[in-house]
Amino acid sequence: MSASPSTTAPPAATGAGAPPAGGSRGAAKRRTPPSRRGERLVGYTFMTPWIIGSLVFTVGPMLWSLYLSFTDYHLLLGGEFIGLENYAAMFDDPMFGRAVKVTLLYVLLAVPLKLIASLAVAMLLTQSRRGIGFYRAAFYMPSLIAMSVGIAIVWKALFAGGGPQDQFMSWFGWDGGGFIGNPSVSILMLVLLSVWTFGAPMVIFMAGLLQVPSELHEAAEVDGAGKWHRFVHITIPMLSPVIFFNVLMETVHAFQLFGPAFIIGGTAGGPAWSTLFYTVRIYALAFVDLRMGYASAWAWVLVLAVGVVTLVMFRAAKNLVYYAGEDNR
Amino acid sequence: MTSTSTAGPRVIARKRRTPAARVKSVIWHVALLAVLVVVLYPAFWVLTAAVKPNAEILTSISPIPTSITWEHFASAFDGMAGIGLWRFFWNSFVIAALSVVGIVASCSITAYALGRLEFPGRKAMFAVVIATLLLPGQVMLIPQYLIFSEMDVVNTIFPLVIGKFLGLDAFFVFMYVQFLRGIPRELDQAATIDGAGHFRIFFSIMLPLLRPAIVTSSIFTFIWSWNDFMGPLIYLHEIEKFPLPRLLQSYNNTEAVSNYGGMMAMTLLSLVPVVLFFLVFQKFLIKGIATSGVKG
Repeated sequence: MSASPSTTAPPAATGAGAPPAGGSRGAAKRRTPPSRRGERLVGYTFMTPWIIGSLVFTVGPMLWSLYLSFTDYHLLLGGEFIGLENYAAMFDDPMFGRAVKVTLLYVLLAVPLKLIASLAVAMLLTQSRRGIGFYRAAFYMPSLIAMSVGIAIVWKALFAGGGPQDQFMSWFGWDGGGFIGNPSVSILMLVLLSVWTFGAPMVIFMAGLLQVPSELHEAAEVDGAGKWHRFVHITIPMLSPVIFFNVLMETVHAFQLFGPAFIIGGTAGGPAWSTLFYTVRIYALAFVDLRMGYASAWAWVLVLAVGVVTLVMFRAAKNLVYYAGEDNR
Repeated sequence: MTSTSTAGPRVIARKRRTPAARVKSVIWHVALLAVLVVVLYPAFWVLTAAVKPNAEILTSISPIPTSITWEHFASAFDGMAGIGLWRFFWNSFVIAALSVVGIVASCSITAYALGRLEFPGRKAMFAVVIATLLLPGQVMLIPQYLIFSEMDVVNTIFPLVIGKFLGLDAFFVFMYVQFLRGIPRELDQAATIDGAGHFRIFFSIMLPLLRPAIVTSSIFTFIWSWNDFMGPLIYLHEIEKFPLPRLLQSYNNTEAVSNYGGMMAMTLLSLVPVVLFFLVFQKFLIKGIATSGVKG
C-alpha cells in the first residue's frame, strides 16, 4: 500500500503535506505551530462526554461485572467473593447447556440462511432491469420492523396452532401443528424471522457487487468461463471483504438476539426450553431471580465466546478475504 | 447457458430484444415477485388481521378478510388500564426524539475529535470505540442497572437516553468518523490559515458537511429507539411511563386473550410510524446502509 507513492513523490512534497512520512524534525516543527496545544485542548474538551460516559457506563461496568462474576451477589441479599464457583456451577447447570444449544443452533441456521438469501437476491437485483428500486425498498422494509415487539406478536400468531403456517404446511401432509407449540421446530420461528430481514445485508451486498469491475466478467466470458465459474472465481473473491463484514456482523448480532425470543418464548424459553436463548437466560437470572453475580458469569462467558468467534473469523479472513489492490500474502 | 450474451450487448440492444432475453426478463420478474409475496405476507396479514372479526384472526390463512370490522381500532385506542393509546405513543416519541438529539450532538463532537484532531490517547480511545462495536452489551447490563438504581433514576427514561448524550453509541461514532475522514484535509488547513479556530471549523465547516451522516443516523436512531424493548423492560415499571413495545408486551400477556383483535390493531398502529418513516426517507436509509453497513 504505502510502497508505491514514495518512489514517485519527491521528499519535498512529503514535508509539505503528508504527516506519516516523519523523519525530518524541522518539517514537523514548521507544520505544527501554536495550534498544537489548542488542538489538544479542543480534542479533550470534545471527548469529555465520551470519556465520562465510558468510565461510568461502559468500561467501569465491564470491570465491575467481571468482579461480580466472582461473587454470589444477589440484588436484595448482597453477596461475597466466591472465586470461580459461578463458572464451575454453570457447567452443572442444565439451563446452561440448553441455552448454549439453542443459541448455537440459531446462529448456525440463521446466519448462513439469511446471508445466502441476501446474496442470491442481491445478485438478481444488480442485473439492471426495471423495478429495482421498488424491490430493494420492499425487501429492505422488514429489517426495520422485525426486531419490534409488534412483529414478534404477529409471528406468534402466524405460527400458532391452526394458524397460517400450520394450515399451509398441512396441505403438504404436515401434522406437527404450529411451530410455537412444537419444541422440536419452534426455533425455526426465530430463524425465519431472521431470514425475513435478509434485506439489510442484501443492500450491502448490492453495493459490493456494483464495485466488481465488469471487465473481469467480460474477460472471463471471452475465455469461455461459464456462469458458475465466474461466480466462484470472480464474484466471490471480489466480494469477499463484503462477505466477511456481513458474516461477522450477523454472527455477532445473532449471538445477542433478545427481544423476539423473549416475546415468543418468555423467560423460560418455552416450549420445553426450545427458545431459551442465552441472553434471555441472562435476563431471567439477573432481573427475575436477581442472582446478579451468577448472571454476570453467564454474561462473561458470552463475551468470551463472541470474542473467540470474532478472533477466529479475523484469522480465517486473512487467508480467505481478497482485497483488490493489495499484495495478497 | 445461452450463448446469446456472448455476441455482445450492443448487438442485442440494436435488435431491441431477442426472445431469449425476453424469457430471461420474465423469469427474473417472476422470481422476484415470488420473493416479494413471501416477504410481504406477514405485513399484509397483520394489516388485515386488524379488521377481521376476532374469531377469524387466528384461524385464517388468507390475508383477505371475509367481513370488515373497525371495532378493534376503537379498543386499541382505549389503550390499557384506563390510559389511552396516545399516551404510549407520546412516551415512545419522547424517548426517540431525545435519543436523536443526543446522538447527533454527542456523536458529532466525539467523532470530530477522534477523526480530525490529534492528541495523546486518541488511538486508544478509538480502539475502545471499535471494541464496543463488537462487544455484547449484556455484559454491562447488570452494573449499569446497579449504577442507575444507586442514582435513583430507575423508573425514569434517564437510563434509556443518557448513553445517547455521551457518545456511547459506538456504531454512530464510527460512522461519523468514517464520514469525516472522507472530507479533504485542505478544507481545515485553508480555514486555519484564514484564522478559524477548531470550534469555528467544527460548527461552520464540519457540521454542515456531516449532514448526510446526521440524517442517516437520526432516522436509524429514531427507529431503533422506537423498537427498543430491552431498555424499557429493565428500567420502566409503571404503566403510564411505558413506551409502545412495553405496552404491547403487557397487553399481549393480559388482555390479548380476550381481545385478540385489539392486540392486532395496536400492533399495526405501533408499526405505522416506522413504516411511514421508511417510506419518506427510503433513499437516505438505503444509501446510508450501502456505504456504512448498518445492521438491520
